[in-house]
Amino acid sequence: MKYLGTPLDKAVVRQLKAGDMVCINGIIYAARDAAHKKMYNMLAEGKALPFDVKNQIIYYVGPCPARPGDVIGSAGPTTSGRMDAYAPRLIEQGLTGMIGKGLRNEDVINAIKKHQAVYFGATGGAGAYIARSIISEEIVAFPELGPEAIRRLTVRDFIVTVVIDSYGNNLYVSGRDKYKLRGNSI
Amino acid sequence: MRRIDADTVVRAVERLCTDANYYLNADILQALQDGISDEISDTGRNILSQLVENASLAREKQMAICQDTGMAVVFVELGQDVHVSGGNLTNAINEGVRRGYKNGYLRNSVVNDPVERVNTGDNTPAVIHYDIVDGENIRIIVAPKGFGSENMSGVKMLKPSDGREGIKGYILDMVDRAGPNPCPPIIVGVGIGGTMEKAALLAKKALLRPVNDNSGIEYLCKLEKELLKEINSMGIGPAGLGGRITALGVNIEAYPTHIAGLPVAVNIGCHATRHAEVVL
Repeated sequence: MKYLGTPLDKAVVRQLKAGDMVCINGIIYAARDAAHKKMYNMLAEGKALPFDVKNQIIYYVGPCPARPGDVIGSAGPTTSGRMDAYAPRLIEQGLTGMIGKGLRNEDVINAIKKHQAVYFGATGGAGAYIARSIISEEIVAFPELGPEAIRRLTVRDFIVTVVIDSYGNNLYVSGRDKYKLRGNSI
Repeated sequence: MRRIDADTVVRAVERLCTDANYYLNADILQALQDGISDEISDTGRNILSQLVENASLAREKQMAICQDTGMAVVFVELGQDVHVSGGNLTNAINEGVRRGYKNGYLRNSVVNDPVERVNTGDNTPAVIHYDIVDGENIRIIVAPKGFGSENMSGVKMLKPSDGREGIKGYILDMVDRAGPNPCPPIIVGVGIGGTMEKAALLAKKALLRPVNDNSGIEYLCKLEKELLKEINSMGIGPAGLGGRITALGVNIEAYPTHIAGLPVAVNIGCHATRHAEVVL
């Protein structure tokens, strides 16, 4: 297990390898589809983003509402591929980490390599389990988007796996290759 | 003619929305637990253990198993000797969904229009499928469907000459391309036959069947077992990080079809494929 805090700078990113289990402590930002589209458009219009993405981690999540007394409801990752159209632009702006689940396209992988970023996988569907690692939650932009608003989350011992490292190694490819049975019809 | 009050339907649907989202069904929980001993990848075993712990936390804390509490898919078997009084049945179901998602602290995941995309703020409307059946009961199944897995689903109109191998090839291709996206270990719902939309509906209904239950039709039962074995040879594994437990079950439903057609639909369900039901 590797431990890291935030902000996440590129020197730390370079030490992470696909397959590493990582324990994250600190502040991360929650944003998914609608918020990404808005941020992308803001950059196109030359406007400042709602938070400085430099050396930050974005977690692709739209949480459930919190019960009274709780910090947050279920909060597992959403499918990252829907953010592929927007992610390279944020990586260019200095974003160093993304947490989600599922495949990324070539543009994202190229941006990860070029700018030294990292893609972490959190366990899809483990929303109640992951919520325990979130100790504070605050909406920082686009409250009108409801579950898709941008949130600042403080996480304690958030366990993720490095899926795509800054060298372009991809656990979704290597992990699958390792366990695939040969001589099959597929 | 039996009368059932619309408000009874509202309260039943409200309860089903929360039950389905809080309590992982016993067959899936058992399959995840079995997977921990069957999985050969350490990472995969670790993921499966997290999922078992997640289910127990959700139950204990009355929290959603997964934050994608889905679009509410509702199957209604309406006895033809029932009269719903005091309101419209569809409205009552939607009111139940509205209350269940609000009072149960479930996420509102529905947008008003596929292009305009403004959140409706109460997770309505539901997608409701009605069947008229004999008798004087109403059976309601609420099956919240998350879109990580829904997005990996599809329908293909095969040629009759494609036959069994064509069906297998399409299903395996869909699972292969989905990879880690639909939150494996998955449940593969398959509908074969009917028309395009009938096949899709059969595939969705197939997901309601327990994962440890095979089709009562011999050739389908054989096909389900073969497909499960092949899918679990692909290497995708829990969370797609590599391993053997890629699917917990393959459930196939079939229906008569046209002389010229062989529709096949694949509806992928995640490891939190949820449904709760009641008979009123």
